[in-house]
Amino acid sequence: MTKQHANWSPYDNNGGTCVAIAGSDYCVIAADTRMSTGYSILSRDYSKIHKLADKAVLSSSGFQADVKALQKVLKSRHLIYQHQHNKQMSCPAMAQLLSNTLYFKRFFPYYAFNVLGGLDEEGKGCVFTYDAVGSYERVGYGAQGSGSTLIMPFLDNQLKSPSPLLLPKQDSNTPLSEAEAVDLVKTVFASATERDIYTGDKLEIMILKADGIKTELMDLRKD
Amino acid sequence: MKLDTSGFETSMPVIGFGSNSEMLDGVSSVPSFDLPRTTDFDGFQKKSVEMVKPAKGTTTLAFIFKEGVMVAADSRASMGGYISSQSVKKIIEINPYMLGSMAGGSADCQFWHRNLGIKCRLHELANKRRISVSGASKLLANMLYSYRGMGLSVGTMIAGWDETGPGLYYVDNEGGRLKGDRFSVGSGSPYAYGVLDSGYKFDMSIEEASELARRSIYHATFRDGASGGVASVYHVGPQGWTKLSGDDVGELHYHYYPVAPATAEHVMEEAA
Repeated sequence: MTKQHANWSPYDNNGGTCVAIAGSDYCVIAADTRMSTGYSILSRDYSKIHKLADKAVLSSSGFQADVKALQKVLKSRHLIYQHQHNKQMSCPAMAQLLSNTLYFKRFFPYYAFNVLGGLDEEGKGCVFTYDAVGSYERVGYGAQGSGSTLIMPFLDNQLKSPSPLLLPKQDSNTPLSEAEAVDLVKTVFASATERDIYTGDKLEIMILKADGIKTELMDLRKD
Repeated sequence: MKLDTSGFETSMPVIGFGSNSEMLDGVSSVPSFDLPRTTDFDGFQKKSVEMVKPAKGTTTLAFIFKEGVMVAADSRASMGGYISSQSVKKIIEINPYMLGSMAGGSADCQFWHRNLGIKCRLHELANKRRISVSGASKLLANMLYSYRGMGLSVGTMIAGWDETGPGLYYVDNEGGRLKGDRFSVGSGSPYAYGVLDSGYKFDMSIEEASELARRSIYHATFRDGASGGVASVYHVGPQGWTKLSGDDVGELHYHYYPVAPATAEHVMEEAA
């Protein structure tokens, strides 16, 4: 007799794309606002970006219920940190916390593909990219989600900098200005929307600088 | 005198109601993980592995020679056919005199190497001396053995220099632990072994050994689609490890096989 397999899966994929670009003193985090399941759209106005700390913003695509649970865990851990240390968590610290949080569900993973953006201790922009179980890496730019395979090659073309692993060390800062980076993000999402059914509706852009966070909304194709 | 037995306390992970243990609490005993409540654990793990598609495919190598240990690796991470990163750090600095290489699931390797680093530090504090390479590799192997069969993917080499001299151990997710003086791990390892084995001599200088390591990684990245990026080479000596080189393998290709100057009459000029 063949093994009975579960007809119910605890996971679903709500689609969407997230992108982040790090600059010399800013960080741009963007995500579309479409939430879908299968071929249906659940919402045209669902934010995938969540501020965790003054200098750390998380954007996640994948299964939004798991994303919500993950955000809750990180938010409460951050609150405890603030009580214990009397200061906000830095972005690299939050990055490690997120990695460990993801790995502690190694055998029942959060179906969340994350991009963490923010400013490091020196005030420079930083972006951390993750897989679903917590492996992470600091990069100059990153994309995750259904449109990531369409967006990454283009960002590589425009932004690719010498690898941080090279010796002698070469500077790997994104040379773009803040306005250029925002423009690039808008272009990239417009293109991804054309070819990815799960990306579209609206684009939410968060620009993180030392003096605060600015949010911008742009319309994308709704079909 | 109370002996340090924290390394022995590896028991099966606590199933069920996630006692959200802090990172430090979970070090002396096995960290507790949430497990899915299903009757078909293996099937679920199989499906979740497909869903997660941890980064695999790599080339790492390490060998002992007269002047210490040479460790080298590529830097590509692939998820199925998609290259998710060309700049992954596959040689993990556990502490200033010990290195670990990463092959298999990158999250697994990153997490367990960091956990090993913590344990090594605790050993130092408890015993007032550095842990041996043999001891560190045993800690890791025992930890991985307790998760045997649960789908972890770790193929690592622990390289270091302790009181007995240079040490190199291969540890994998089955809990296997092998002492040796030449290893290569990953999808590109057959190619790396070919170059490494034919060029290896115990009495090499550091320059010769690092060039051999670099060339072995280059040849593996040339033939293996899942390996590429930057070839990093580290040396572990009595004073600890140093990074010797980091070269883009695309550029290494033309370094080893320069293009002969064109003899054609009409030369295509690149648009300025």
